[in-house]
Amino acid sequence: MVVKAPAAPSAAATETVAPVSTDALPIIAEFVDVHRHYVMGKDNVVRALNGVSMQVKKGDYLAIMGRSGSGKSTMLNILGALDRPTSGEYRVGGRDVSKLDDDDLSDVRGREIGFIFQSFNLIPQLTVLENLEVPLFYQGRVGPESRKKAEYLADRVGLGRRLEHKPMELSGGQQQRVAIARALMNDPLFLLADEATGNLDSNTEKEILDLFDDLRKDAVTIVIVTHNPKVAERADNTLWLRDGKVDRLVDNRLASSAAGDGGHP
Amino acid sequence: MIADTLRMVRLGLKSLLLHKLRSTLTTAGILFGVASVIAMLAVGEGASAETLKQYRDMGVTNVLLRSKKPEETQQSSSNSMMSILGYGLFYQEADRIQNLLPYATVVRTREFQRGLVHGENWASTMIVGTEVPFLTVTNMQVHEGRWLTELDLQRMSNVCVLGSSLARALFPLESPIGQTVLVGIEDRFEIVGILEYQGRAASPNGTTLDECAFIPLSSSRRRFGDTIRNPSTNRYENIELHEIKVKLGSMEEVEGTAGVLEHMMRPAHASKKDYEITVPLELLRKAEATQRMFNLVLAVIASISLLVGGIGIMNVMLATVTERTREIGIRRALGAKKKHIVQQFLVEAGVLSALGGVAGVGLGVLVPFGIEKWFNQPTSIQPQHVLLAFGISALVGVVFGIYPAWRAANMDPVEALRHE
Repeated sequence: MVVKAPAAPSAAATETVAPVSTDALPIIAEFVDVHRHYVMGKDNVVRALNGVSMQVKKGDYLAIMGRSGSGKSTMLNILGALDRPTSGEYRVGGRDVSKLDDDDLSDVRGREIGFIFQSFNLIPQLTVLENLEVPLFYQGRVGPESRKKAEYLADRVGLGRRLEHKPMELSGGQQQRVAIARALMNDPLFLLADEATGNLDSNTEKEILDLFDDLRKDAVTIVIVTHNPKVAERADNTLWLRDGKVDRLVDNRLASSAAGDGGHP
Repeated sequence: MIADTLRMVRLGLKSLLLHKLRSTLTTAGILFGVASVIAMLAVGEGASAETLKQYRDMGVTNVLLRSKKPEETQQSSSNSMMSILGYGLFYQEADRIQNLLPYATVVRTREFQRGLVHGENWASTMIVGTEVPFLTVTNMQVHEGRWLTELDLQRMSNVCVLGSSLARALFPLESPIGQTVLVGIEDRFEIVGILEYQGRAASPNGTTLDECAFIPLSSSRRRFGDTIRNPSTNRYENIELHEIKVKLGSMEEVEGTAGVLEHMMRPAHASKKDYEITVPLELLRKAEATQRMFNLVLAVIASISLLVGGIGIMNVMLATVTERTREIGIRRALGAKKKHIVQQFLVEAGVLSALGGVAGVGLGVLVPFGIEKWFNQPTSIQPQHVLLAFGISALVGVVFGIYPAWRAANMDPVEALRHE
């Protein structure tokens, strides 16, 4: 029932890593019997999430898959602290955030979570540097430090020196690199990617996925929600959702991708 | 904090520049509103400034009693050629006023029209027979030479002091001091002083103080008597004093004293209304009240245009918020609280209206200059009006920005992110 996610950041992340005991690694994000129900009308309740429990540990690389209607998007919204569960607990860094008010939830998003979107979602009128500084601005941390950090991260994600460009002047792959750098600006507990490569051609997709692998050297934890199996299989584990429940957890690093235990409440 | 605010303003400007034309047009709405508030108030202020100055020049602690020719009845005009019309204030009354108000300064004056001749220069003007305190009561200054003295009055000397315009008309080149002028046909007066230029409005006798010649009251009575021929009706009129000016110690005494004087004077003048009491302070207060009302009406009218500008801002901000729904979602996902979103859009609305306000102040200051230049209408720009107009414009931006900002902040982040 508990998702065991190995992943001490290994030297070469692209290589298959043997599972090791990870009980000592801190749990970063945890669902405890999470339900999310939408009341659409009388006697019509959509149970988008119907008792999901799972864990993400430091250094994990987890893909969340499922058909449309499986609860993927709802799970993404709750993971991203954009939405609250109807019942159950969502713990981020050991703290239950499922009952927090709007302001505190905003802080969780700003400090603990690094969003990466399918359509990059850079703010068009701002330069790359200004886009990178947006998350820090809401923490009141814009200054000379943030510029240095933006320069470092731009370099880290392979953007080079394009800080003064507008997003429109960059290619799709470059824009997504900016988005990744932006997600890293606040040193979040984990990166949350929503179809991060859905708008990119296959070459660029590979580059971005390679970048994710590369980032794991720095012990970055990644959760990626996708419907693309090719993307999912690059992750260590794949969590399959079905009808609002965890269907199964697959360890992609095992040669035979045998089905793991489905997490049932 | 300041750096953050500056950053918000800078980024707000950037967002506004996404739609240059739209932002410019919206700003223009505020611009014209602010400009019209300033211009209208300046015109209103200018129009009344002259009236107010006139009353202030009359002296706010003064009570003025002035002889007035009574309305002529049928009977009195029938034998007009023969009889002498007698009316007005008497020397005796001035003494009684002085007895009643021992601490007040009472000044008696007599006015009559005469020609003044010096060499080839000639001027027909008002000769004012008066007393020493006249200078202080009317708040005038001697430019050159001296004013009339008690000795002049005792001796009934033939000395005179000229108003500045009159002096220039009679003595365009040389200094008038020590020279003599012929007053009427046979009286020579020595000029002992010239007054400072006043530039005030004409007094009730139709002449400005700058055009008058001042002589001792006693000399006036001795040389010219109490009877004068009215040139327009060709009739003789007997009148002792044209005006009694009573200067009081403070403004508080003015109203009560005016009532007392009115009461005291009534018996002697009951049959004919041949004098009137003027209280400059009262006139000033009335004029000020009218002015305030006038300004209020102007400000309200002008504010309506600011209101229209504000509605323009609201319109544009609502459009902006809708267009940038996705940006709002992104910002919320990156940790922006509702208050941050509110701040962002309020700053944008504020920048819009502040830009309009600054430009409006510029235009609003220029317009009155134009009005003064081309329409000869006096205007007066008051700093507090400029501040008021600018303040209202900033307020308009914030007030009309609140609702769009509130809408932006209360969007569901999930919905906002999904928005195309």
